[in-house]
Amino acid sequence: MEISGVHKNTKLLIDGLLYNVEDTEFTKPGKGQSVYRLKLRNLRDGGITNRTYRSGDKVDDVRTDTQEEQFLYKDNDGFVFMNSETFEQITIPETIIGDKKHYLKEGTMVTMLMWGEQPLEVNMPITVDLKVVQTELPLKTATITAQQKQSVLETGYNIGTPTFIKEGDIIRVDTRTGAYVERVNK
Amino acid sequence: MLEDENKRLARIRPNLRRRAIILDGIRAFFNHQSFLEVETPVRAPAVAPEPCIIPFESGEWFLAASPELHMKRMLAAGYEKLFQFSHCFRRGERGRWHNPEFTMLEWYRAGADYNQIIRDTELLVTELAEKLGFKKSIQYGANTIDISLPWPRLTVKEAFVNSAGWDPVTDCDARRFDIDFIDKVLPSFNPRRPTVMADYPAPMASLARLKPGDSGVAERAEVFIGGLELANAYSELANAAEQELRFKEAIEQIRREQRREMPLPLRFIESVSTLPPCGGVALGVDRLVMLFCDAPSIDDVMAFTGDNA
Repeated sequence: MEISGVHKNTKLLIDGLLYNVEDTEFTKPGKGQSVYRLKLRNLRDGGITNRTYRSGDKVDDVRTDTQEEQFLYKDNDGFVFMNSETFEQITIPETIIGDKKHYLKEGTMVTMLMWGEQPLEVNMPITVDLKVVQTELPLKTATITAQQKQSVLETGYNIGTPTFIKEGDIIRVDTRTGAYVERVNK
Repeated sequence: MLEDENKRLARIRPNLRRRAIILDGIRAFFNHQSFLEVETPVRAPAVAPEPCIIPFESGEWFLAASPELHMKRMLAAGYEKLFQFSHCFRRGERGRWHNPEFTMLEWYRAGADYNQIIRDTELLVTELAEKLGFKKSIQYGANTIDISLPWPRLTVKEAFVNSAGWDPVTDCDARRFDIDFIDKVLPSFNPRRPTVMADYPAPMASLARLKPGDSGVAERAEVFIGGLELANAYSELANAAEQELRFKEAIEQIRREQRREMPLPLRFIESVSTLPPCGGVALGVDRLVMLFCDAPSIDDVMAFTGDNA
């Protein structure tokens, strides 16, 4: 495709590596050529690089699909998911999952970005509900101000929570920031 | 959608108010000096053929990418001091600093050269700043920009030798020029002062005359403030044969590289034979408003852009 058609989140194949376009910047001296600066995220290792293109340059964009998958379990090879339509299983290496492992518990539904047979990205729901498995007892002195304490969730994730949270509580976590949202005991 | 639009328009209202004050201020500046405000066609049978400016077609004609040719035809007919706000159209130009339709301010002075025009630009910007209540500086992004006069000036040669390590005047590689300008030269300018960069390599003269006594460079100067390219000034080329030759070369380059056919602006070329020595400039009004509103994007100073028109 023409460089001028590239947008945020276009997927590009450059020197055999797949990148997501994180940001584009168009700039042009009045009488000069259009210059496109792309901020690219390597979809294999998450590394960020910048590249500059001139008007008329061609780039290889790739067609991607999404599919709904359910997380089953983690084993030595990675995280195992099941396609909710075909029931086929797929193992995603930890390098692709990254910090999202903090929010994955059995049964969580995710949207997987696929390039043919190859998984590129796992997109989490905006919030997930997780159980607190370990936390300090509330401190008497901490009742007036909105102090925080550390709690451990069923996924092993260490999170800052309000002091009133107890072991066994279910809390809602924002997967974009990793922050506590509210208590949602069911 | 309507709610989003109403919110957006409410958010930029202070900027649009300031924009109106700036337009008033510009008119006052030129009227005070007895310039005549004119309007020339937005739609015309020919525009200046430029390899890097792609005009919109409109029927068999084109939408103006600049009012330059018509304004110079008026100078050739004896008008001495002209200014104009005009809507200009350039295909494919969209980003933080660009919209395909934008407002250009151009002014021309018979008997002047590019130095006089840069002086006009300095006085215009400082007078507007004063009118808006700024003292000697404006705040743009992270920088306090001292706009006191005169503005620092350097040649294209100095700028490139210092920041990019090569001299485009002796070796004019236009493709490398633009990339190095954006990546190396522009970021090297003092962010707390405007910069005037003058004397472009002769092959990049466009519609400017070559410097008397140094035909390696053209009397063309650009003004940069806060990283924005604000204005492009010329001592205008008043030689019809040379102008025709430059246009024909540009048309050939456009045909070769882009397979586009551009007509020769014959009426303009004819008029150049009676064009007096004069200077002129094109200044991006939207960008000037961005600077005075501390607006990061051109979208913040236009009621509607190409994305939401």
